[in-house]
Amino acid sequence: MNSDSLTRAFLILIRRDLMLAVRHRAEMANPILFFVLVTSLFPLGIGANPALLQAVAPGVIWVAALLAALLSIENVFRSDFEDGSLEQYLLSSHPVSVLVLAKITAHWLITGLPLLLISPLLGILLGLPVDAIKVLFITLLLGTPVLSLIGAVGVALTVGLRKGGMILSLLVLPLYIPVLIFASSAVDTAAAGLPVTAHLSLIAALLLLALSLSPFATAAALRVSLS
Amino acid sequence: MTQIKNTAALAAHALECIRDDRMLFSHLEFRLEPGSALVLEGRNGSGKTSLLRILCGIRLPDGGSVTWGDTAIDKLGPDYLMHMAYVGHRDGVKLDLTPLENLAMARALGMPNEITLEDALEKVDLAGFEDVLTRNLSAGQQRRLALARLLVTDTSLWILDEPFTSLDVHGISVIEELLDAHTTAGGMIAVTSHHAVNLQNTTVQRINLST
Repeated sequence: MNSDSLTRAFLILIRRDLMLAVRHRAEMANPILFFVLVTSLFPLGIGANPALLQAVAPGVIWVAALLAALLSIENVFRSDFEDGSLEQYLLSSHPVSVLVLAKITAHWLITGLPLLLISPLLGILLGLPVDAIKVLFITLLLGTPVLSLIGAVGVALTVGLRKGGMILSLLVLPLYIPVLIFASSAVDTAAAGLPVTAHLSLIAALLLLALSLSPFATAAALRVSLS
Repeated sequence: MTQIKNTAALAAHALECIRDDRMLFSHLEFRLEPGSALVLEGRNGSGKTSLLRILCGIRLPDGGSVTWGDTAIDKLGPDYLMHMAYVGHRDGVKLDLTPLENLAMARALGMPNEITLEDALEKVDLAGFEDVLTRNLSAGQQRRLALARLLVTDTSLWILDEPFTSLDVHGISVIEELLDAHTTAGGMIAVTSHHAVNLQNTTVQRINLST
C-alpha cells in the first residue's frame, strides 16, 4: 500500500464527511448555535456590568466552547457505527489510525472551526479588550482540536453501548479540564496585560500530545467496541 | 472479469466461539481454496455472523486460529485485509451520499481496480441511479449497492453476511451470477444465507453450525 493512495483515502474521507455535513446543515449548526446562545445569555443573566462581564468572559466562552464540543463529538463515529461504515474502516488495508485522524479532522472543520471564527465577536460582546480577544482566538485555535482528539477516544470507547452519552461525558470531561484551565487563564492573563507565552506553550504541548496519541488510542478503542 | 492471481487458501483450525457463556461452535475446521465457495448454514443465533466476523478479523476467536496461506490473519494485518472484502448485515453505505460517492469511498479504502464506478453499478443493475441519494433507493437497491462495493476493489476473498436480504428473484440471480463469475476467475467466497445459494460453476462446501 503506497503513501499516495493513503493520502487519497485521507482526503476523500474528509471530503465525504464535509459533504455529509453540508447535506445535514441543521445538525451542523446546532453546536455553534449552542455556543453563541449560551455566551450571549450571560450578559442578560448577570447584568450589563462591563467590569464583571470582562472578568467572567474567558471562563464563559471557554466553558461554552467545551460543552459545544462535547455536544457534537458523538457524531464523529455514531452514524458510521449505525450504518456499518465503521466496520469498513477497520477492514481497510490502510492504517486505521490515519483514517481516524481524517474523521477527527473533518469533525474539527465542521464544529471547531466555525466556533473559532465566531469567537472574536463573542469576545467583543462580553467586553474583552482587543489583546485578550487575540489570545482567546489563539487558545481556541490550539485548544478546540485537543477537544476533538480527546473526545474521539471517548466516543470510540462508548459507541457500541446503547446509552453511551452519560459515560462519554464522565470519561471525557476530566480530560478536557487541563485545556479549560490553561486556556481561560491565558485569556485572563492577557486581559491583565501580562505575557501569555507559557500558557500558550502548554496548550500547544497538549495539542501535540493529543495529536500523537489520540489516533492510535481511538483506533484501538474502535476495535474493542466492534469486536 | 480478469483472472485473480491469488493462490493462498483460507483455513480455520479448531475455531471456537463463545458468546454470553454459550458455546456457539467449537473444533470448527475447514479449508477454502481459490475458486470455491463456503456456505454457512444454521438456525438464527447459531453463530454464522460471529464466524464471518472472526474470518474478517473484526472479532477474535475464543480458541483456534484462522490462517491465510500459512500465516494467522492477525499476524498478516493489512496484508490479509487487502485481499478481503466484507459485506455485513449492515450495508456500510451512507444514505445521504449518491451511489457513485459511496463507491468512490469504498474504492479509496481498498486496492482500486480498473473497473469504472459506473460499470460496477451497471453490473448490479443500478445503472441510471448514479446521482440519486441512496436514501431514496429501495431496500433491495441499497443492498445491491452494498454488494457493488465488492466490485470496485481488487480482492480475492468475499465474505458476505446474508447478501440476498431484501433482494427480489431477479436481484438474487444478478448477484449469484456475480458470485459465480468471481469464483470462476479464481476468487473465493464465504457466505451465510437463508436462501439456497445457487452457484452452478462453483465447488461449494456447506457447513451447518446447528449440528
